[in-house]
Formats: sequence, C-alpha cells, structure tokens
Amino acid sequence: MNWNNVIQGLIFLTTVVLLAKPLGIYMARVYEGKPAGLNVLLGLVERWIYRLSGIYPETSMSWKGYAMAMMLFNGIGIAVVYALQRLQAYLPLNPMSMPGVAPDLAFNIAVSFATNTNWQSYGGETTLSYLTQMVGLTVQNFVSAATGMAILVALIRGFIQKQAETIGNFWVDLVRTTLYILLPLSMVLAILLVSQGVVQTFKPYEKVTLLQPVKDGNGAEVQEQVLALGPAASQITIKELGTNGGGFFNVNSAHPFENPTPLSNFLEVVAILLIPAALCYTFGYMVKDKRQGWVLLAAMLIIFIPCLWSCIYFEQHGNPLFNSLGINQKATAFQPGGNMEGKEARFGIVNSAIWAVATTAASNGSVNSMHDSYTPLGGLIPMWLIQLGEVVFGGVGSGLYGMIAFVIIAVFIAGLMIGRTPEYLGKKIETYEMKMASLMILIPPALVLAGTAVAVIWPQTKVSIFNPGPHGFSEVLYAFSSAGNNNGSAFGGLSANTPFYNIALGLAMFFARYWLAIPILAIAGSLSRKKIVPVNQGTLPTHTPLFVVFLVMVVLIVGALTFFPALVLGPIVEHFILHHS
Amino acid sequence: MIREHMRPAIVSFLLLTIITGILYPLSVTGIAQVLFRERANGSLIYRDENPIGSLLIGQHFDDPKYFWGRISSTSSVRFNAASSSGSNLGPTNSVLTDAVKVRIEALRAADPDNTSTIPVDLVTSSASGLDPHISLAAAYYQIPRVARLRGLSQETVKSMVRKHSYNRFLGLIGEPVVNVLKVNLDLDSYKTEYNMDI
Repeated sequence: MNWNNVIQGLIFLTTVVLLAKPLGIYMARVYEGKPAGLNVLLGLVERWIYRLSGIYPETSMSWKGYAMAMMLFNGIGIAVVYALQRLQAYLPLNPMSMPGVAPDLAFNIAVSFATNTNWQSYGGETTLSYLTQMVGLTVQNFVSAATGMAILVALIRGFIQKQAETIGNFWVDLVRTTLYILLPLSMVLAILLVSQGVVQTFKPYEKVTLLQPVKDGNGAEVQEQVLALGPAASQITIKELGTNGGGFFNVNSAHPFENPTPLSNFLEVVAILLIPAALCYTFGYMVKDKRQGWVLLAAMLIIFIPCLWSCIYFEQHGNPLFNSLGINQKATAFQPGGNMEGKEARFGIVNSAIWAVATTAASNGSVNSMHDSYTPLGGLIPMWLIQLGEVVFGGVGSGLYGMIAFVIIAVFIAGLMIGRTPEYLGKKIETYEMKMASLMILIPPALVLAGTAVAVIWPQTKVSIFNPGPHGFSEVLYAFSSAGNNNGSAFGGLSANTPFYNIALGLAMFFARYWLAIPILAIAGSLSRKKIVPVNQGTLPTHTPLFVVFLVMVVLIVGALTFFPALVLGPIVEHFILHHS
Repeated sequence: MIREHMRPAIVSFLLLTIITGILYPLSVTGIAQVLFRERANGSLIYRDENPIGSLLIGQHFDDPKYFWGRISSTSSVRFNAASSSGSNLGPTNSVLTDAVKVRIEALRAADPDNTSTIPVDLVTSSASGLDPHISLAAAYYQIPRVARLRGLSQETVKSMVRKHSYNRFLGLIGEPVVNVLKVNLDLDSYKTEYNMDI
C-alpha cells in the first residue's frame, strides 16, 4: 500500500464522520417536527399533500396500523413499477422505442426497487424507457429510502415514549423524509454531478463518427458510435443518497456518464455513507444521549476500517498469474498498478476498493468497478460485509434498525452473563423483543444459504454461471447474499435474467425487506408500551468502549460463523488455487 | 384498517410520484441545461462541426499509429456506448489470461523494439467497457511506437500526451490519466498542419 492510498482512504473516512453531526442534527429536527430551515417553501407542499391525501398528521398509529400503511404503500409501488415496465412501449418519453419488459424481469425489477435493493438483472440503456426510469425507478429510490428511515424513526420513538400505545404516523414520517431530507440533498448533488459531466437530458441517444472504424462480431465495419444518454444525474444522485444503488446504465457508476471524474466519484461515494452515518447521530440526539449514537457509529467503523484496508491491499497486490507475462502491476506515480481487470483508469485501485467496501457495508449496491473480477480475497470482503446483515452502516434506516436488533441481542447476552434483566436505554428487553430480534437476525442468512443451495442444485441453472470453478459458486452465493440482504450489487458474470433467478431473487428481496421491517415495528410497539426504568447499579452501561467491543463481537460471530463454510467453498479455496498454481 | 389507509396510500403515492418522478428530474434538467448545457448533453467533441466522439467515452484503436486504450468487453462491437459492460472475468479464469496474452502479443508485434514491461491497465478490460483513459505509464509505453510510425519526435508526442493528461483532483483524489481520444485527435490534426506547411 502506498501513501496516496492511505491518504485517499483517510480523506473519505474523515469526510463521512465530519458530516454525521450536522446532518444528524438536521434530520433529528425534521423528525421532531421542529423548524429545520426549509419550512417556508416545503411546509406549504407538505400541508398540501396531507390535505389532498386525507392524512391527519396529528394522529398517531399503533404498530400494526403503521405496518399496514407501510405495506400498502409499498404494495402500490411494486404494482405501479411493474405496470409501467409492461406498458412502456405505449407510454410517452420512450425515444429509443424500448419494448415492454418480460413479466419475470418486470416482477424482479419492481420488487428490487421497492425493497431498496436495486438488484439489476437488466441493462438500463438497453431495457427501460426514460419514463420508466424517472416515474418508476427514481420515485422508488426516494420512497423506499424514506420507508426505511420512517421505520427507524418509529423504532426510536419506542425508546423515547413511556407507556404509549402508538408509534407515530407513517404518512408524516414518509412525506417529511422525502421532502425535507432526500429531495434537497438530491437537488444539490445532482447539479454538482452534472457540472462534472454526468448527463441529464431528454434527447435520444447521440450518434458520433468514429475516428478509427471498428469491426463488429461478424467482421462488418462500423463507422459510428451510439452514445446512450438520458436523465441520469437526477436518478443516480438519489440512488447513492438513498442506499438504493440502481444504475441508470448497465455498468452503474463505472459508466463515464454516471461517474466521469475523481470529484464526481468522491461525491457519490461519500453520498453512499452520508445518511446511514448521520442517522447514528440522529438516534443519539433523539434518545437524548448522544453517546449512544456515537457507540453505534464506532462499532460500524471498527468493522468497516479493517475491511477497507484489506480490500485495498488485496486488489493492489494484483493477479499473481500476470507476473510471469512481463506485465508491470506495481503502483507508481504514473500508474495505479494492481488488479486493474474490471476497473476504470481514473479510479485505479484505491477508489474502486473504497467504493466496493462502502457500497456493500451500506446496502447500496451501486458499483464503480466489477466485483466479479476482484481477486478472491478482495472480492470476499464485499460479499462478507453484505452477509453481516447490512448493519455496518447498512441501508438508510434499515441499517441502523438492523444494528439495534444486534444491540438487543448483545444486551440480552450480557444481561444473562451478569444475572440482571437486560435493558437498553431504560427499556426492559424481554421475551417478545428477543423473539423479534432473533427473527431479524435469522431470516437473512436462511434466505441466503437456502437460496444458494437451491440455485446450485436446481436443474438447468448452472448455465447462468459465467466463471468456472469455485469462482462460479461465488457468483451464486454473492447473488443470494445481495438479494437476501437488500444490497443489490452482483458478481455480474452471472446471467441472472432468467425466470428462475428473477423469481427466486425477487422473493428473497421481498422477504429480506418486509420480514425484517414488520418485526422491528413490533418491537417499536412493544417498547413504546413499557415504562422507562431509571438507571441503577445493575444497569449495563451501553455507552462504553467495552460495550462497543462486545457489540462488534456479537455481529462478527453471528456473521462469521454462519457464512464461513460457504465462503470456504467459494473465495477461500479460489485464493489457494490462485496462489499455488 | 386497510380501508382507512387506502386513500392516503393512493393519493400520497400519486403526489410523491409527481414531485420526485416528474418535477424533480425536470427541474434538475432545466438547471443543468442552463448552467452546464454541453456537459449535460454528453460532453461531445466536434471536428469540422461534426460530432466525432465524447470527451468521456472511449473509442477502439488498434491501428499502431494511434494510442490504444483499455480493452473493451462490450458486445457486439467494442466500445459500444449503447450497451456498457465489463468482462466480468474472474482472476483464475483461463479466458482472462488468454485475453491478456493476446493483447501483449499485439502490443509487442506493433513495437518489437520495446522490451520494457507493459503497464497492467493496457492489457486489462475496463469496468464500463467505455473507459476513455489510460494511465500515464500506459501512454508513455506507447510513445516510441506512435512517434516512429508518424515520423514525429518523441518529445512532440510526449507534449501532446501531457496536454491531455489530468492530475489527481487537488493532487490527492483519483488517479492521473490521459484521454486517449483527445491525444489521437491531436495526432491527426498535427499531421494535416504539418502537410500544409510543405
């Protein structure tokens, strides 16, 4: 590792941590209903939405009501995105005359975007009309992110409230998140990205004359290059901010029109972790003990930072098979060196690895390099970060509520060790909370491991695998890890646009999202009803470095033990093959 | 309970769709087209008023008189900017090693005198299949060949490479790179200017 790698990593981490506090305070004010600076303009829009929709913002819902509203809203989203894709040939804003999308793929895409996963078994520029991208996908990028954040806020109310029967109003949380947080941030970032060269236009694809004609697959001479365009900046901005990750183009943020410069790359990768990191501060602020927020952020960073340096290290090390071929893989002032297969020259090793780790720690899933071409251990790290359950930053809202489920497990185990009733933030953790938290921790691994097992034994699914040997198994394991934890990135060689994968991964995404969201709302409802126990001698302090370490251990042990056997069959055995052949 | 949530769900979905799916992209487009018109439309490069490419999208070069870029794995034609794609080849896949060997042979055949090691980004596929850049090392490696075939001094070619190279942002972020299409356009226009002088 060279000095520049270290500096670029540190600049990234520092920026994320420094922005956590100001944005965290802002978001807390939005959720507490206090003036947050943008009320003059947006307050009008907010009230107008409530009036037209028949929403009574003062009414608070029971956890079941909240869950019902959330599911209903998400169900409408899935249905509308499905219909838009099927009918896009008959709808406007389709300059490239894209035909309707096949039913299995349309189902997969609809679930993928509603669940904040944004798994893509299609190429945007070859499948979807501008209308579908905007009115279908961009909208889901906003509202699926807002759904996750709303659920988190409902859970936070569970800790704050005393003996309350309700956990807040889903519509208010949804609308305020979209209007006051996601929309203003997206507006600013989208314009900054266009200034770097990200395209934002409704023109059809542009034709240009090639400087040197090129032969196509059949040997015919091609004189022209067709440049795919579209309203990309507005969509990819929210794809990063909302931890969605669905690219406008097939190769996502590796595409020069999505991510043209080192500055655009920096802005986008910071945007990936921006809200998940800041929500930790929002949490501490709202429960009136900021240390509790810092503890969760610290636990995330303790897992994140070693993963970051390891991934950079393995990728910088390059491919040992190239050494005997007269290729220079050393990093110098003139070249990034390392494993450059599937990476862009302007990002080199370090910016590709930072992105790969950030996008999988957060359940973002956008990519600026092709994870399938990573070295075995360099590719293991993103896969394992997903498998940890998307709690190291994780999705906006969903990452933090997942981490809080781990906190509940951790205080329960600690409570058993010292022989006291487990408590967290003054609320007793009892059987009901433990059952729900256990469900949340068990469902994703079950989806991932069972899904992978079915996929490798199902007849005729093997043709989807692209790379031979253990790497091919890694492709399948990565796909189900990604869908079963709502990440959305892929080992892209896998041909996932088949009825089997579209349906299996679609179901995995659906259950991974809602079977976790509903138990967490149940916890929120149960906690709301409880009294707040004053701090006493038997209280386990949850703001100490000791607790941070304990929490990290719980996350790591669950994640590591569950997936170690599967990882041995894929990346680990591939590593030994690579270094001993 | 479903009935009471029905109207809020449908109407708020509709309103949020109008705001985030129509008004938001339209206003970003409006602002972008006023402030950064050229960039918002794909950073096109023109020669004699005809679009000859985009500053941000690479083109395929295998003529030894031009600088070569990254390998592109798009189908059905290389650098297909209407269908971006990486190779997705894993590190242990023999197809990858074979592709790298083919590229090395092509580079060596085009410039047999050059015995230095080849920069890795010149023999590997980019992530997008559209990478417009190569590293400085990959450009310097090709200078002797291009200079010889065009009858130019290595210094002249090197100055063109320098002219179209980009440093790290603030000297820290990203990697220094050279824009292949821009250098090749300069090489071609240098030729015409040179001929006119005679």
